[in-house]
Amino acid sequence: MTIEHAVQIFAFIILTLMTLGGGLAVVTSRNLFHAALFLVLSLAGAMGYYVLLDAGFLAIVQLLIYIGAISVLILFAIMLTRGLMMSGQVQRNEQWWIAALVVFLIFVVLVVTLWQTTWPIAEAEALRTPNVAIAQLGAALVGPYAIPFEVISLLLLVALVGAIVLAREEGNQPAQADAETGE
Amino acid sequence: MAIPLPWWLTVAAALFAIGLYGVLSRRNAIGVLLGIELMLNAANINLVAFWRHITPQALTGQVFAIFVIGIAAAEAAAGLAIIISAYRRRRTVVVDELDTMRW
Repeated sequence: MTIEHAVQIFAFIILTLMTLGGGLAVVTSRNLFHAALFLVLSLAGAMGYYVLLDAGFLAIVQLLIYIGAISVLILFAIMLTRGLMMSGQVQRNEQWWIAALVVFLIFVVLVVTLWQTTWPIAEAEALRTPNVAIAQLGAALVGPYAIPFEVISLLLLVALVGAIVLAREEGNQPAQADAETGE
Repeated sequence: MAIPLPWWLTVAAALFAIGLYGVLSRRNAIGVLLGIELMLNAANINLVAFWRHITPQALTGQVFAIFVIGIAAAEAAAGLAIIISAYRRRRTVVVDELDTMRW
């Protein structure tokens, strides 16, 4: 076992503790704010996974978008909906035990299935560190994957407009537009 | 490869199971959303692990994962807008109490 392999395995163990431990803390934490912060820890662990899997650009995208934007959005929403039940109350509904049982069964089925499948692993030459430059990713996004790229842009626009309309205050009607706006 | 593919898939399956437990058992609507984000991350880890081990020369895995992150952003924004709007009307975000559409 080379030093590089040992370092990778050690990093994998640390990142697994971060990701899965953070995930467990997310779903069992009583304080919702703490749960959101543990989600950030779990997302950072996933970012480490992407680095370990030689997907460096995806790791930075994860950091910027998931940790930098989505997590902050969730924290803002938590602060805006801070009600009477925020700290200390039990956060499990009365069906938590059957949820845990079902989830454990799903996990067992998944693990048994995936360990018994023979995956078509690529040959050894292809498995050496792939050189996926960001330029290649960019060319792929406007080349073969141009249509999904446009569709997701449309999706983000629709989600943005929808979120604004949904979260708008009730009393503020848009000001009466003049006849010659937008000329 | 130092870590074989089934270990990556096991970690992703565990994260998915944890997220699913969060969705099924949390009382707060935002807690449910946190579980959904964990599940999406587990799917992403699966995608990138498959890309790395099975087709490292093609870019489909990484592009797919980038799209999943974009969709997660759109869904988080829309979902949180719904939760904020519901909180304004009903003053609660406990999922059991948001029941005007039940029978």
